[in-house]
Amino acid sequence: MRKSKKSKHKSNEIVLKGIPAAPGITIGRAYPLYDEEIRIPRRRIREGLVQDEIIRFKKALARTRSEILAIHKKIADEMGMEKARIFGAHLMVLEDEVLMSEVIAKLKKDRLAVEYVFWQVLEKYIRVLSKSDDEYLRERVSDITDVGRRILKNLLGAKHRSLDELKEKAVVVAYDLSPSDTAVMHRRNVIAFATDIGGRTSHTAIMAKSLEIPAVVGLETVTSSVRNNSAIIVDGNRGLTIINPSRHTIKKYQLEKKRFEKFEKHLLKLKNLPAKTLDGKEIDLAANIELPTDVPSVLAHGAKGIGLYRTEYMYMNRKDLPSEDEQFKAYKGAALSISPHSIVVRTLDLGGDKFLSQFEVPYEMNPFLGWRAIRFCLARPDIFKTQLRAILRASHYGKLKIMYPMISGIEELKQANAILKEVKEELEKKSIPFDKAIEVGAMIEVPSAALTSDVLAKEVKFFSIGTNDLIQYALAVDRVNEKIAYLYEPAHPAVLRLIKTIVDNAHRENIWVGMCGEMAGDITLTMILLGLGLDELSTSPIIVPEVKRIIRAIKYEDARKVAEKALSLSTGGEVEALAKAKLKEAIPHIAV
Amino acid sequence: MIVEKKLVIKNKSGLHARPAAIFVQIANKYDCEITIKKGKQEVNGKSIMGIMMLAAEKGSKITIIAEGDDARQAVQELERILLSETVEEFDEKK
Repeated sequence: MRKSKKSKHKSNEIVLKGIPAAPGITIGRAYPLYDEEIRIPRRRIREGLVQDEIIRFKKALARTRSEILAIHKKIADEMGMEKARIFGAHLMVLEDEVLMSEVIAKLKKDRLAVEYVFWQVLEKYIRVLSKSDDEYLRERVSDITDVGRRILKNLLGAKHRSLDELKEKAVVVAYDLSPSDTAVMHRRNVIAFATDIGGRTSHTAIMAKSLEIPAVVGLETVTSSVRNNSAIIVDGNRGLTIINPSRHTIKKYQLEKKRFEKFEKHLLKLKNLPAKTLDGKEIDLAANIELPTDVPSVLAHGAKGIGLYRTEYMYMNRKDLPSEDEQFKAYKGAALSISPHSIVVRTLDLGGDKFLSQFEVPYEMNPFLGWRAIRFCLARPDIFKTQLRAILRASHYGKLKIMYPMISGIEELKQANAILKEVKEELEKKSIPFDKAIEVGAMIEVPSAALTSDVLAKEVKFFSIGTNDLIQYALAVDRVNEKIAYLYEPAHPAVLRLIKTIVDNAHRENIWVGMCGEMAGDITLTMILLGLGLDELSTSPIIVPEVKRIIRAIKYEDARKVAEKALSLSTGGEVEALAKAKLKEAIPHIAV
Repeated sequence: MIVEKKLVIKNKSGLHARPAAIFVQIANKYDCEITIKKGKQEVNGKSIMGIMMLAAEKGSKITIIAEGDDARQAVQELERILLSETVEEFDEKK
C-alpha cells in the first residue's frame, strides 16, 4: 500500500499540525485503532461468481459512501464547511462512473477478486497523477488513496481494533474516537490521543481533558502516517504530532515536558491573579492568536484579552477569499468567547513572509519592504472593505478593536480611516448595528512611524508595537536570513530608544500603547519593557503565565530605573547583561 | 444532436480544484454524453478522475463535445465555468 510522502524529512520524522484539544506533552508508542496493513489477495474468480463479485463491490461502495457522508456532516458541524470540502472531493471520486465501470469491465475480463482489480485500476490513476507537474494534482493523490483505502477496508472487512485490547501504555491514534471506543478502554494505558478529525469540543477533546492527557485532533492524515508501535510525540500545547521523531527532537521534548509539568503547577496558582507589580502597578497582559480556535488556550493561560488577532491565517491555504459572513462569524465567535475582555483585530497583513494563494503577487527583491499589509489593502479596497465590514458587524456582539498593520506615515493612516468611515456610513444607512465607539489603532513597526508617532497619535486610540518588523527595519537585519541572525538584537539600544519615543508620544496624547511582537514575550526584557511605560504586553498564550510571574515579582519603581539605565548603555549585549542581573536579583532561581 | 465547442480555459485554476468539481457536478445533471478533448487526449466529462488526468490549466485549448437531446444547454453551461476567471465570478453569473 502506498504511503503519502508529504512533509517527510530525511530522518523519517513526520510533523503533523492539528488542533490542540488538551494540553500536555506525551512521548510514547502509537496504537492505531485500525490495523493499517492491508493485504490484497490475488484470487481467481469462477465465471459464475463474477456477478456476486460485482454485487460485493457495489455494497462496499455504498457502505463507504455512507461513511464518508457521516464524516462530512460531522466535520462540517464541528469544523466548518471549509474543512469538510475535502470530503466532498472524496465523494466525487467514489461516485465516478468511469472509474467504477472500468473496474467492473476489468473484473469481467481478468476474473480476479474485485479488491485486487480495483486497486490496480486506482493505482494507474495514482501513478499518472503523482507524476504530474501540477502541485494541486499531485496533492490529490492522497485524497484518492484515502478513498481507495476506505473502499478496500469495506471490501476486505478490515478489523476494527478495540481499545480493551490495549495492554501497554500507548498513544491512541484513530480517525476519530466515539464514546463506544472510549467506554471500553483501559484508562490507565491511554497516555494521549491523536486523531484525523475533531474539534476542540469533540468527544476526543472532552475525554482527554477529563483524563488529563494531551490530545491533538484534526491532524487529517495521522492514521495514514503512523504504523503500529511507531514512536510518536503528542504536543497538546502547540497542536503538533510528531511521528518517528529524531533523537534530537525527543531530547528537546523531554526537556519541554519537564518544563511544562513544573510550570503547570505555577500556572494554576497564577491564572486568576492580576499582572500587578509589588508596588501596585498593573498592566494588561494579553495574548496573540491566529485563529478563533486559539481562544480557549488564551483563557486557560489567564491572559486578559487578545492583543493581536492575526487575521491573515483565515485567508491562507485556500483558493478563494473568506466571505464577509465567514469572517463575521469568526470575529463574532472570538469576541463572544473572550468577553468581557477585548480583541485587537489586525487587518489583513499579507506579504513579507506570508503569501496568499489567491493572488499572483509579483516577485519582489525586498518583499518585507514591498507591496504588503496596509499598502496592499489600500490598493485593494474591495478586500479591505469586506474585512472592515465583517469586523464592524461583529463589534456589536463583543469588544473589538481594529488595528492597521505596517503604517509608515500619516497619509496611510488617514486613507485607512477614510475607508473605515465609508464602511461605517454604509452600515449605518442599512441600519446594521455596530460599535460606534470602536477603538482604532496603528501597529507601529516601521521606524518612520515610530519617529512620527507624535503625529500618528492624534489619529488613533492606541498603538501596538510590532517588534518583529520594527527590529529588522531599525537594525537593517533581514529576520529570515540566518547568516545575519546574530545582528537581530531586540535589546539593541536603538530599539529601546524607538520604543521609548513611541510610548512617550502615545502618553502625551493620552492613548494607550502595547507591544505584540515576540519581544513582548522575552522574559529577560519584561522588566525593561515595563519600565519603559508600556500599558499592555501581548504574547503567545503559553508565555503569558511566565511574564505574569515576573511582573508580580518586581517593583515598577525598580523597572523604571532599569529602563533608564538601559537607555544609556551602548550595546545590546550590555542591555541584556543588565536585564539578566536585575531579573536574578528579583527572582534568584529563574533560568535566563 | 452533437454539439462541439472549442475554447481556451480562462479560469485561473484551470480545470482543477473547485472548477473541476463544479464542472463534473454540472455535467452529471445532463443526460447527454460529454467528452473533453485536449490535444490527442480524450476524457469523459462526467468523471472527476478523467478530468484530473487531463491536467488542463489556464490557457489550455480544449474541445467540449456533447451528444444527446440536451447537448446544447449542457455545453452552454459548461462553457461558462471555463470562461469565468474565478469560481466566484461564475457563481455571480448564475
